[in-house]
Amino acid sequence: MKTKLPVTIAFLTGLFMAFAYFVERDNVAWVRILYEELNQNNIVLAVFVLFLGVGTLLIRHAKKIRDKNSDSIYSWVVIVSTLAVAYIGLFQTTGESIGANENFQWIFNNFQVPLSATMFSLLAFFVASAAYRAFRARNTEATLLLIAAAIVMIGRVPIGSVISDSLSLTGSFSLPAIAEWILDIPNTAAKRAITIGIGLGMTATAIKIIFGIERTYMGSGK
Amino acid sequence: MIFNFLNLMFQIQIKEGTGPVFFVLVLFVAALFFFLDKARKGATFKIRKIAGLDAVNEAIGRATEMGKSILYTTGLETASHIATIASLTILSRVAKRAARYGTRLQVPSFDPIVMSLSQEIVRESYLEEGMVDSFKGDDIFYLTQEQFAYTAAVEGVLVREKPATVFLMGYFYAESLLLAETGNSIGAIQIAGTDAVTQLPFFIVSCDYTLIGEELYAASAYLSEDSNIISSLKAQDFGKALLWIFLLLGSIVTFAGSTKFLSLLGAST
Repeated sequence: MKTKLPVTIAFLTGLFMAFAYFVERDNVAWVRILYEELNQNNIVLAVFVLFLGVGTLLIRHAKKIRDKNSDSIYSWVVIVSTLAVAYIGLFQTTGESIGANENFQWIFNNFQVPLSATMFSLLAFFVASAAYRAFRARNTEATLLLIAAAIVMIGRVPIGSVISDSLSLTGSFSLPAIAEWILDIPNTAAKRAITIGIGLGMTATAIKIIFGIERTYMGSGK
Repeated sequence: MIFNFLNLMFQIQIKEGTGPVFFVLVLFVAALFFFLDKARKGATFKIRKIAGLDAVNEAIGRATEMGKSILYTTGLETASHIATIASLTILSRVAKRAARYGTRLQVPSFDPIVMSLSQEIVRESYLEEGMVDSFKGDDIFYLTQEQFAYTAAVEGVLVREKPATVFLMGYFYAESLLLAETGNSIGAIQIAGTDAVTQLPFFIVSCDYTLIGEELYAASAYLSEDSNIISSLKAQDFGKALLWIFLLLGSIVTFAGSTKFLSLLGAST
């Protein structure tokens, strides 16, 4: 029963969602209503589980503080900031939306945005270190990658055209045209091959779950 | 004919342009059950080696020998995303081996539902290995649903705990390189797998092994060594062959100057 019920629910729901994909939902009331209802339930479930998630986050950090963990200062930051933002968002919002709450917006603009931007900007440094590692010409493939990447990088910036003009490379032989060709032909072909494989993999996984062949997502699967 | 039958019986209108998809789906499902039936009758299937999956045992063993932990992340998508489900099925296999070797497994989650599922999956895996006493629910924890806050938190765990093995399986966005480079900097053996085509180059550069696209979906079957589940890989091969035939036919017919084949598939000409 512990396994049969979830498998049955997955089978019926999966089959219905596939059916709803192939029919004009707007023309059939029961299909449209059931489809919307299932999607709504997903949101309701997410809200309930969010409480569980935040609860475990707070408990985990409270335990760290209790155990006098050496990193407990970070746990204080998590707990205080979570509770403070939740309080401001829940009890100081008087308008129709949280966007009208000035305090909440102040926290968002002065903490959330710069912190996220800082993390994102770290990418520039990581791209440099990763590119250095990728472009070391250790073998034929890496050398080809290096050449292709160099052409694409130079071909995509204005100096690529200047270099092409100075070397009298015109038309299909100019650096921007070669860069465009690399991106449009070999790159797109490889991407499409990967995408087709992904599509088939997704479909196979979905069918295995709908028909109960793959059950590991429920735990032991037995 | 099937569409007309549905129309007559239930007054249901079939969405325009979905006919070819339905046709291919029916063939694909038929192939899947055909190979499943063969597997149940005792047929065994040969599948190509996937280096990243062969390295799973080695990676877990390395963490065990070093007395360090394993970090497993299921990506930045919710449980309704198929890549996350594929990642959870791999987590089950990894958790079993971690339980067998007595290695600590940490799973920082981006989504509370995924966290609940991960907890249940890991607990069941420990239970199956008879190691339920070693299971620590606190090691599968929720962080946040903010992309870069999650990234910062996982990076913090990586730098502080220095796990010997890192699994990055699921759907990732711009944070893929941040996570993979941080894992690389601490000297962890990293196995990544994603169907996010734009993030694949970052993983290939920074990780020891990368499961590219469909390999993520094949991983569960590959690791299970169960011919019933492996049979689905044969159906995928059949699907590829089918698409290959369509592509070849379409190319020949289109080069010959006819657009009928493309119109039949609902493609714009």
